[in-house]
Amino acid sequence: MAMTIHVDIVSAEEKIFSGLAEFVALPGESGELGILPGHMPLMTRIKPGAVRVKVQNQAEEELVFVAGGLLEVQPSLVTVLADTAIRGHDLDEAKALEAKRRAEEALQNQGSALEYAKAQSELASALAQIAAISKLKKRGH
Amino acid sequence: MASGKEIRTKIKSVQNTKKITKAMEMVAASKMRKAQERMRAARPYAEKIRRLAANLSAANITDYKHPFLIKKDDVKRVGLIVVTTDKGLCGGLNTNTLRVALNSLKDWESKGVTEIRVTAIGNKGLGFMQRLGAKVVSHVTQLGDTPHLEKLIGPVKVMIDAFQNGELDEVYLVYSRFINTMKQEPQLEQLLPLTGERLGTPEGNWDYLYEPDAQVVIDELLVRYVEALVYQGVAENMASEQSARMVAMKAASDNAGNVIGELQLVYNKTRQAAITKELSEIVGGAAAV
Repeated sequence: MAMTIHVDIVSAEEKIFSGLAEFVALPGESGELGILPGHMPLMTRIKPGAVRVKVQNQAEEELVFVAGGLLEVQPSLVTVLADTAIRGHDLDEAKALEAKRRAEEALQNQGSALEYAKAQSELASALAQIAAISKLKKRGH
Repeated sequence: MASGKEIRTKIKSVQNTKKITKAMEMVAASKMRKAQERMRAARPYAEKIRRLAANLSAANITDYKHPFLIKKDDVKRVGLIVVTTDKGLCGGLNTNTLRVALNSLKDWESKGVTEIRVTAIGNKGLGFMQRLGAKVVSHVTQLGDTPHLEKLIGPVKVMIDAFQNGELDEVYLVYSRFINTMKQEPQLEQLLPLTGERLGTPEGNWDYLYEPDAQVVIDELLVRYVEALVYQGVAENMASEQSARMVAMKAASDNAGNVIGELQLVYNKTRQAAITKELSEIVGGAAAV
């Protein structure tokens, strides 16, 4: 029987693959990595690309595309923490800046949003008053 | 006593309300199942990354101590990430979460915390914090029914960056923890610095080979760990939201049913009274002739 290694591929949103494999190939930070059972402990970033898993007793390889992530290797265990989104320092930075900008904008528009809500509730109560008055009038006549 | 027609209109309007609450109850029930599945789907990642972080913190890297792991004695500036829902009509869910948030804000202020920054995830928390006059540094709303990590990265990074730059001493997360369909509990957790009991004990002492180097990998891992914790909180909060809404709407439908029953009784009584009155008038009239 061929030697096997336990492979888990998970993303923050779901579990993608879990099972025994004979061989795993994935795009490492500094080049394509091929992992066989008994690999030395390793931790690295992986680039966006395909993870190929040669599953035990299965002719076809499992293909999983990841948008980058982290890889941990122990002699009998491979864990791929896949990203669900394409990550990059600049990209993350842009997202953070965008979030900040939105917060500042909201702070400035705070008055208007609050006024809007207030106006809406005033309008609703005014409408209710009108409805009540017209009902009273109908009854009176 | 109100006339028969008025009561009839009232009954009609309550019936319409009941139809709406019943529909909302059923929608929430179907969304609840999906939300719970998503919450469970997020668990393997959270578990793996926790184990990895625990292994890492135990691995002997003497020359590098990540800022996330350094505990500060003097806490003067605190960050709070508040997870709430976007929409209302879910009972006391947001009220409970925000009460816990408010209490901890007061608590920090009494302990001499000078600066509090808030990240609001969800509309209700955002509105509350703005009304409160808290310093909201980032927010995200309209998450929809499926939480996407992508939407959370930016707002959470604002907090993580502030912590890394030394602008914040501690960062907390508050959300509604899903216990079961009937029970949700507000939960306040310390996100940063990462506490030892949270990481748990490592299962083995691995001397990893790092590529490209230890610092880069640890940085990435810990940032993802914090994000995964926030994501988990958001996923739980969504499951809580749908359950709470379902329960609240069920109660509303039941109440509407009771009101309809009472009104129907009143209506029947007035109708009976009107008939009796008319009959006695006819009898009285016939006797007079």
